[in-house]
Amino acid sequence: MLAHGELWTVKELFVYPNEFIYWSVQIVMYPFMTGLVAGAFVLSSLYHVFGIKQLKDMARFALVFSFALLFVAPLPIMLHLQFPFRGIKVFMTPHFTSAIAAFGVVFFSYGAIVASELWFLYRKHFVEVSLSLRDKQDKTLPEQLRYLLFCTLTLGVYDIGEEALHRDEKAIRSLAGLGIPVACFLHGYAGFIFGSVKANALWMTPLMPVIFIMSAVVSGIALCMLSYIIVMEIRKLLLSRKRSASPMLRSTEEIKGVELNVIRMTGRYLLFFLVAAISLELLDLIFRGYTAVKSWDVLRSVIYGKDFIDIFVLQYGVGNLIPLILFLIPGLTIRRAVLGVALVLFGVFMMRWNVVIGGQAFSLSFAGYMHYHLPVIPHNWETFKEGLFGAVGIFILPFALFWGMSKVFPVFPEAGHE
Amino acid sequence: MITRRNFLKNSALGLAGIALPLAAFEFIDPRKLMALEAKDGAKVRWVFLVDTYKCVGCGLCVKACKLENEVPYDSSVTRTWVERYVITRDGKFHADTPKGARDGFTTTKIDLNEGKFEDIKNGDIEKAYFVPKLCNQCENPPCVQVCPVGATYQTPDGVVLVDRTWCIGCGYCIMGCPYGVRFFHPVYHTAEKCNFCYHRITKGMKTACVQACPFGARRIGNIKDPGDPVTKIIMTERVGVLKEEYGTKPQVFYIGLDKEVR
Repeated sequence: MLAHGELWTVKELFVYPNEFIYWSVQIVMYPFMTGLVAGAFVLSSLYHVFGIKQLKDMARFALVFSFALLFVAPLPIMLHLQFPFRGIKVFMTPHFTSAIAAFGVVFFSYGAIVASELWFLYRKHFVEVSLSLRDKQDKTLPEQLRYLLFCTLTLGVYDIGEEALHRDEKAIRSLAGLGIPVACFLHGYAGFIFGSVKANALWMTPLMPVIFIMSAVVSGIALCMLSYIIVMEIRKLLLSRKRSASPMLRSTEEIKGVELNVIRMTGRYLLFFLVAAISLELLDLIFRGYTAVKSWDVLRSVIYGKDFIDIFVLQYGVGNLIPLILFLIPGLTIRRAVLGVALVLFGVFMMRWNVVIGGQAFSLSFAGYMHYHLPVIPHNWETFKEGLFGAVGIFILPFALFWGMSKVFPVFPEAGHE
Repeated sequence: MITRRNFLKNSALGLAGIALPLAAFEFIDPRKLMALEAKDGAKVRWVFLVDTYKCVGCGLCVKACKLENEVPYDSSVTRTWVERYVITRDGKFHADTPKGARDGFTTTKIDLNEGKFEDIKNGDIEKAYFVPKLCNQCENPPCVQVCPVGATYQTPDGVVLVDRTWCIGCGYCIMGCPYGVRFFHPVYHTAEKCNFCYHRITKGMKTACVQACPFGARRIGNIKDPGDPVTKIIMTERVGVLKEEYGTKPQVFYIGLDKEVR
């Protein structure tokens, strides 16, 4: 009879009998996804709080994306739990000495902030849509449903006068301001879950939450940039088709100019956070080597030996150094940006991987190793949810949600509304 | 004259007469009395004493534990296990615990996992010994601290238990334990660990592993009872604990602990 984790764990040398890779790929996905949530929110707040005008287009986009990601963030944990339906107990009977118990509080307060900020941001839109539909005679069924949805979303407030909108803006600014520390907390706390495990020599460091926040912002900005470029390219494609019919629309060149401007501006912030993240991670590594406590021998053999390719080639090399160079070379182009942000996303994913899986690559005996083999072809429910398919599913889901949400929260100003 | 009525009456009286002294005898069973007191945290704190000099690595304790606590016999996970340490002339240390030593150590070859074995010549061995491992029932248990729903908890007499109806199976406690004693039960899928056979010790019995050990290498006792032989040894002899540096205050004490023990 196989124990949990035995399927994908290979032991080497002296490992205690109960040791396996218990925290597998979904626990890699969990900080990766919450990181994207937090990062996207911080990016949107850069405009709302600090008034960085060039990020206006990106700000709405990032906020809606953050909301879509938010729904996906708890799913990796659900898929990881042995009893997913008991997961609700974390909210119902939280045991507050545990870091995980705070998840309910942090997650819901953050969700409430994002939802209310979205509401203030899109209130005008909700009112306009519902009013235009109200006046319409002979509504079709989809229109009827749309009318109902938007009526509900207005929450019964139809005042979109100058003064009311001004108050909305104030509310957005303070919510965005409040959201930054809460977003950082949401993710810093994911770092705390790992950093506070004193039994794990690789995880236990007070730097862990800070490292997680920095890389979270990096990954969030990168994902927003990537999605933004993709959406803009699709818009350009659609527009060039439509333009042949009505030449009054914006030209593709015009859109391209806007796109490049936004990407260059956002890229600068990406670079800043990337440097901060790398510095902290290197500080952690240097500190461990310099102090060389009891666990260092086995950690060194993992970091410089067993996981060398994962850490130094894939994470630092491909995921950090190459994008750093790509963004530092002047005259950033869209194509270079796409390559850069894709590599950054990969690098952050590898960082999560190297923390979660790397932290279980050595035995508590410090005299043995464990190797993780990600289940690719699922042959039962367990290898599906904690395998490649489960992880890819989690990654794709926010994009599908984002597409659905953008029907309600249009991320780009419609033609003629600017 | 014996009537049916009298016969039944006298039989009942006689049976009651025989049963009464037996019941009275059991009532003053000191082990049961102690077990009753066990609910009082001020009087009982269960501790364990392992004499590594006496352990021969037969694995009878592991076998008994698996059967007693219904941990699937053929699964590789186990609530208790025995480790073998061999230190060779060149100062190198070798250790293994094949199947948790459920079947003892049947070969002199060291199990390196992945199907590899290392043969060590008898002449090269400087010292060798066995170390039984089980839950340390820490005074400051990290597993209890990290459980997000409070499904694992410490009893007043110091034993850490798991509520199978409440565990969500997140594995945080497994990650939090520096001793690697926790695992997911292959049948119940909840966190599982040694609980000093709590169902036995609270009835005045010994743990399954203590009872199964033919050499007296394992003993359980109450550290709050100064007259307890285990307490006497812990108080008067030189004993060690595992991985003190984690601040967990482990309550399994070892006689003859070597620096190489992990």
